[in-house]
Amino acid sequence: MVVENGGPILVAVVVHDRGIMYSYVFFPRLGLTRLEVARRWFSINSTLTMTSIGTGYDLSASTYSPDGRIFQVEYANKAVENSGTAIGLRVKDGVVLAVEKLVHSKLLVPGVNRRIHTVDKHIGLASAGLLADSRHLANRARDEAVNYRDLLHSPPTLKSVAERVGLYLQAYTLYSSVRPFGVSTILAGVDKTGPQLYVLEPSGVFFGYHGAAVGKGRQLAKTELEKLNLAELTTREAVMEAAKIIYLVHEDANEKEFELEMSWIGDETKGLHVPVPKDLLEEAERQAKAALENFD
Amino acid sequence: MDCISVDINHLKKGEVNLGTSIMAVQFEGGVVIGADSRTTTGSYIANRVTDKLTHVHDRIYCCRSGSAADTQAVADYVHYYLQTHTQSYGTPTVHDAACVFQKMCYENKDALSAGIIVAGWDKEVGPSVYNIPLGGGLFRQPWAIGGSGSTYVYGYCDATYREGWGREETVEFVKNTLALAMSRDGSSGGVIRMCVITEDSVERLFVPGDQLPRFWEGKEIIGAETGKQSVPAVVPMVVEA
Repeated sequence: MVVENGGPILVAVVVHDRGIMYSYVFFPRLGLTRLEVARRWFSINSTLTMTSIGTGYDLSASTYSPDGRIFQVEYANKAVENSGTAIGLRVKDGVVLAVEKLVHSKLLVPGVNRRIHTVDKHIGLASAGLLADSRHLANRARDEAVNYRDLLHSPPTLKSVAERVGLYLQAYTLYSSVRPFGVSTILAGVDKTGPQLYVLEPSGVFFGYHGAAVGKGRQLAKTELEKLNLAELTTREAVMEAAKIIYLVHEDANEKEFELEMSWIGDETKGLHVPVPKDLLEEAERQAKAALENFD
Repeated sequence: MDCISVDINHLKKGEVNLGTSIMAVQFEGGVVIGADSRTTTGSYIANRVTDKLTHVHDRIYCCRSGSAADTQAVADYVHYYLQTHTQSYGTPTVHDAACVFQKMCYENKDALSAGIIVAGWDKEVGPSVYNIPLGGGLFRQPWAIGGSGSTYVYGYCDATYREGWGREETVEFVKNTLALAMSRDGSSGGVIRMCVITEDSVERLFVPGDQLPRFWEGKEIIGAETGKQSVPAVVPMVVEA
């Protein structure tokens, strides 16, 4: 590139490995000169495009993005957000699980595709996200519970099951050949240490809670749960409250039908994880609908 | 006709044997465990001051009988296992420990000769005693005796043991039982070692070989009268009609 009447000639633009952009210019009188055009060109560029898509860092669970995130795990959380809400209440004498099961077809038989599973006699599992993934996870949790029973001849604690399932979830964030689980799981039960409630996320982390909500309506559900005095509630009262919350967070605008699925574990069930009996479920639904009208 | 025979009592040539008298008894606030101190290779006493009361956790001990090598290995493994268990689940119960012993003893029953009594104190049930005999069964008992010497003193224990004893009575019971077993059993003897395990402490007790309780040993040695009557008069057992 030659500019006439002896003007400067741009020879090259170079990005130095420290992120500084230089241009090499030939001035007829001065010779070859290096000019700094911009500093930290890389980081300027990265703030523009590193929002995730298109950088290539979101294609595999085995690669970090430069700012230390694993996008596949975050996408797994997105899968959870698209699912109907699931909540868990840990109260004085037991725990209650409730799920807003969205019914995608009017032709579907009521009561199928359950989203609450039984892991052990005294442990229930409710999840939000991909149903197939949650079934697989429930199966794994059962295996872990059986394994504990074989070794120690006693019912597993919730913490021990949560720990093991958490480890399993985490393993699916390490390899490029697999995808993380698209479910957030509520593990609930009564063990020798009393009523327990855990939430397991796709990343493999788990926390213990008094009240938990996952899925589409979790934000609203959480604020409703915070209003309750969970430590003083009985399981029977908790069943009523759980139904109210599920009805409240259901978005009528999308006009999708839903089924309320509930189970409980407590003194009334002799420590066993069982579905809430039909009459109690109907009563809870009736009260929930009534409360909803007052709410509006 | 051919048939499979398993000799689980078989000791290899020169293998060290805990021809033993061991015992564990629970009482209101804890357990008392005890053992003789003799280890033999055939007729040779390889160790006359053996400690057969083995620590596996803070408040959980086991009494070992059978092959010294086998039971040491098993106890070492359980000790290691319970340390790991403590990190992930917290302090183990006596039941937890007994289950790990039982699993090892059952699954390797063809290779092991180990009769183990697990005893201790935990927060869930308080004091407890578990017996794991040769085949690898698991039995919770208020008291348990084991080893070759125990066969001589079943009758004594059945007739003597009472529920609701305190610490001192229980220690006396263990001491007397073991002394009787040691006097009749050729592969038991030496000193008596005992442990009292309660919520607050683990206390070791020691009875030297020349201070063992003495019972009837024949007129020539102890005189015409019955020896030390440390136990209340034996009351016949009530038999239901």
